[in-house]
Amino acid sequence: MAYASGQLPTTDVDHTYTSTGVNHRKLLMWVFLSSDCLFFGSLIATYMVYRGQSIVGPYPIDIIDVPVTTISTFVLLCSSFAMVQALAATNRNDQKGIQMWLLATAFMGAIFISFQIYEFNAFRAEGLKIDTNLFGTTFFTLTGFHGAHVTLGIVWLLSLFVMGRKGRLGPATALDVEIAGLYWHFVDIVWIVIFTLLYLIGGFDAGPTAGLLVEPSLLAFPI
Amino acid sequence: MATATDVFARPASASGLWSWVTTVDHKRIGILYGVTAFSFFLLAGIEAGVIRMQLAVPDNTLVSPDVFNQMFTMHATAMIFMAIMPMSAAFFNFIIPLAIGARDVAFPRLNAFSYWIFLFGSLLIHASFVVQQVPDAGWFSYANLTEKPFSSGLGIDFWALGLQMLGVASLAAAFNFVVTIINLRAPGMSLMRMPLFVWMTLVTSILLVLAFPVITVGLIELTFDRLFGTYFFNTAGGGDPIMWQHLFWIFGHPEVYILILPAMGIISEIVPTFSRKPLFGYPVVVFSGIVIGIMGWAVWSHHMFTVGLGPVANSVFTITTMLIAVPTGVKIFNWIGTMWGGSIDFKTPMLFAIGFVALFIIGGLSGVSHAVSPSDAQQQDTYYIVAHIHYVLFGGSIFGLFAGIYYWFPKMTGRLMDEGLGKLNFWLMFVGMNITFFPMHFLGLNGMPRRIYTYTSDFGWDWLNLLSSVGYFVIFAAIVVFMVNFLASVKNGKAAGHDPWDAPGLEWTIASPPPAYNFARVPQVVGLDHYWLVKRRAEAEGHPITEAESYVDPQTIHMPSPSYWPIVTALGVLVLASGFLIEFPWPYIKFPVPFIGGAIAFIGVVGWSLEPAAPESHHGSGAHHEAHHEAHH
Repeated sequence: MAYASGQLPTTDVDHTYTSTGVNHRKLLMWVFLSSDCLFFGSLIATYMVYRGQSIVGPYPIDIIDVPVTTISTFVLLCSSFAMVQALAATNRNDQKGIQMWLLATAFMGAIFISFQIYEFNAFRAEGLKIDTNLFGTTFFTLTGFHGAHVTLGIVWLLSLFVMGRKGRLGPATALDVEIAGLYWHFVDIVWIVIFTLLYLIGGFDAGPTAGLLVEPSLLAFPI
Repeated sequence: MATATDVFARPASASGLWSWVTTVDHKRIGILYGVTAFSFFLLAGIEAGVIRMQLAVPDNTLVSPDVFNQMFTMHATAMIFMAIMPMSAAFFNFIIPLAIGARDVAFPRLNAFSYWIFLFGSLLIHASFVVQQVPDAGWFSYANLTEKPFSSGLGIDFWALGLQMLGVASLAAAFNFVVTIINLRAPGMSLMRMPLFVWMTLVTSILLVLAFPVITVGLIELTFDRLFGTYFFNTAGGGDPIMWQHLFWIFGHPEVYILILPAMGIISEIVPTFSRKPLFGYPVVVFSGIVIGIMGWAVWSHHMFTVGLGPVANSVFTITTMLIAVPTGVKIFNWIGTMWGGSIDFKTPMLFAIGFVALFIIGGLSGVSHAVSPSDAQQQDTYYIVAHIHYVLFGGSIFGLFAGIYYWFPKMTGRLMDEGLGKLNFWLMFVGMNITFFPMHFLGLNGMPRRIYTYTSDFGWDWLNLLSSVGYFVIFAAIVVFMVNFLASVKNGKAAGHDPWDAPGLEWTIASPPPAYNFARVPQVVGLDHYWLVKRRAEAEGHPITEAESYVDPQTIHMPSPSYWPIVTALGVLVLASGFLIEFPWPYIKFPVPFIGGAIAFIGVVGWSLEPAAPESHHGSGAHHEAHHEAHH
C-alpha cells in the first residue's frame, strides 16, 4: 500500500467510496444501539450470574406472574407493528396515518409501562423490594432501566406526534420517524430477551440454587 | 412564532468568552480539551508529588494515611480519565477533521456537549476536596471496600457519579468520531489511505462505544448498593465483590488500549515524517491496531490472576495476554523498520516518538512478565506493577501525547516551539521518568506492596524510594521547561508556515492556524501520504509547492452556527448526577434534585432540537444538513 519512493500514482481522482451513504444521524443511532447492547448485556449478565443466589425470599416463583406479563409483552410487540406502519405512512405522506400510528405506538408503549408500574407495586405489596434480596436487586434494576428506555421512547414518539400534528412529517422528514423506529424496535427486542430469561426461564426459580441456567460457581471456574 | 425564534436564535458572537462557551468549532473544542486536560495533568502530577514525598524516607508522617489514600486514588483517576483520555480527545478534535479533509465533525453540537460534560464531571469529582470527602479506594475502587459500611462518606459517591459523567462524555465523543471517520472522508480517502492516527482514533472510538456501557452498569450497581441498599457487591445479601472486578476489568482492559492506541497513532504519523520514509508495512500496522482492539476484550482476567479463578481460567488468560503482545510487537518492529535506512531528523517530536518506542518496549516486556500467571502471583499488588503501568502510560501514552503536542503545535498556533527547550524538555523527562520508575521494578520484586502509606528501614527499600522521589523532581523540571517553552512559543515562536516538517498529512496543506472553514475546497486525496505525493510530483514537474491553500472569504462558506444548548444540557446532567449526593429525609423521593437536573437537561434537548436550522448547508455541517440532504432523495 505504501508507495515506493519515486513511484507516483497516475490519476488524480480516485472513485472509491469514502462514505457509507448511510445518513449521519442514522449511523449515529446504530452506533448508539451497539453501545446500548453492551449496557443491557451487562445488566442481563448480572441478573444471570446472581440467578438463584438470593438468601431470603420472595423468590421468582412466589411472585412472577407470567400470564400478566405475557399480555404486556404482546402489547409491546404489537407496538413495533404500529411503528412500522407509522414509518410507512410517513413515506407515502399519509398525514392521518402518521398521526394515528405514532399515537398508537406511544399508547401501546404506555400500556406496557402501566403494566410495569402495576407489577412493581404488586411486588412491593408482596414483600419484594429492591433491597430485599438479590432477586429484587437485579430484577428491579434491569427491568427498571428497560422501562426508562421505553418511557424515553414514548416521550420521543409523542414529540414526533406533535410534529405530525403541525404537518411537519412526510417523505422529506421520514428519517426522523425511521430513527425513532430503530430505537423503538431495539427496546422491543431487548424486552424479548428479558422476558425470556426473567419470566419464561427464570420465573419459576424457587429458592437458592434451584433451576439454574448459569452454574453459580462458573463465575469462579473451580476446575 | 416571533418569540420562539428569539428564544431559539443561535448565538452569533465570534470572539470573547461567550464565543468559547457557545463554540461548536472542532478546533476550538480541541483547544478547550487540551487546556483542561493539561490542567488536570498538573493537578494529578502534584498529587503524585505528595505520594513521592511521603515515600521518600522510611517512617515518614508528612501526610496522614487517609490523605495518602486520597492522593493515590485521585492521582490515578485524574491522570487516566481527566488527563490522558481528554488529551487524546484534544487531538481527535483538532486533527481528525483536518486529516480526513472535512469541514467539521459530523455532529458539532454533540461535540461541544461532550466537552462540557467532561469538564463538569471532572469538576464534580474534584468538588470532593471542597467538602473534605475525597475518594480513597484506589482508581479501580474494588468492592467491598467501596460498600457503605467500609466507605461511609461521600467520597465514593463523588467518584462513581463523576466517573459516570465522564463516561457520558466519552461515549458522546466516540459516537461522533465513529460517524465522522466512517462518513466524512474527502474523496479519494479510502479506508486504506487513512493516516494511522485516523485509524487508531477509529479503533479507540469503537472500543469506547463498547467498553464504557460496561463500566456504566458497574457504576450504577455500585451507586445503587450505596444509595438504595441493593446487594450487587454486598456479601451480606449473597452478592459477590468479584462481580465488580469482572465488570470493571471487562471495561478496564479495553480502556488500557483506549489510552495507548491514540499515542500509537500519533507515533505512526511522526516516525515516517521525520525518517523521510513512508510507514513501513502500513497495512500490517493498521491490522495490528485492529487486532489489538479485538483481542483487548479477551484478556481482562489477567488483572485477577490472584483472585482464585482457577487454573483453567488463569491459563486461558495467560495465553490470550501473551498473544496480544504479538500485534503490539509487530508495531514496534514497523516503527523501527520505518526508521531503518531513513534520513532521520532528530527534532523534538521525533525524540519523543523514539522515547515512546524505547520506554514502551520496557513496559511491554514487564507486561509480558506478569502475563505469566505464576509469575504474576509474585508481582501482584507490588511496585513492579506500578513500574509497569508507568512505563506504558507515562513512557507510552504521555510521551506519545507530548510528541503530538510538539508535532502539531505549529499547525494549531502557526508558530514553532523552541527546539533547544524542546530537547531539554525531552531529556529531562526521559531521564527523570527512568530515575522515578525504573527503581520501582526492584522495589516491587523485593516485596514492596503498592499503596502502602509508609515502611520501615528494615526492608531495605530506603535508597531506591529516595531515588524514585528525586526522579519526580526531574520530571517536574521537565514539565516546567515544557510550560515555559509552550507559553513563550505561543507568543513569540518563529512563524511556522503551513508545512514546517514536510509532512504527508492532509492537515499540512492548509494554513497554520487553519481558517475556521478548514478547507476552502474539498480536497481530492491522491493516495496514502497524500501531501508527499502532491509535493513530490510538483517538484518533479518543476513548480514546487511553497504556499498553503489560499484563504477565501469566510462569509462565502457556511459553517455550523454556535449554540448554547450543549452547555445547558450538560449543566442539567451535572445537576442530575450531583443531586444523588444530597439525600432528603422524605418517605418516597429521597433524591429530588436529580429531577430538577433531568428537567434542565430536557429543556436543553428540546432547545437543541428546535434550534432553527441554518439557511443552507455544506459538507460536514451535521444534522440539519442531513435533513436537507434526505429531502432531495
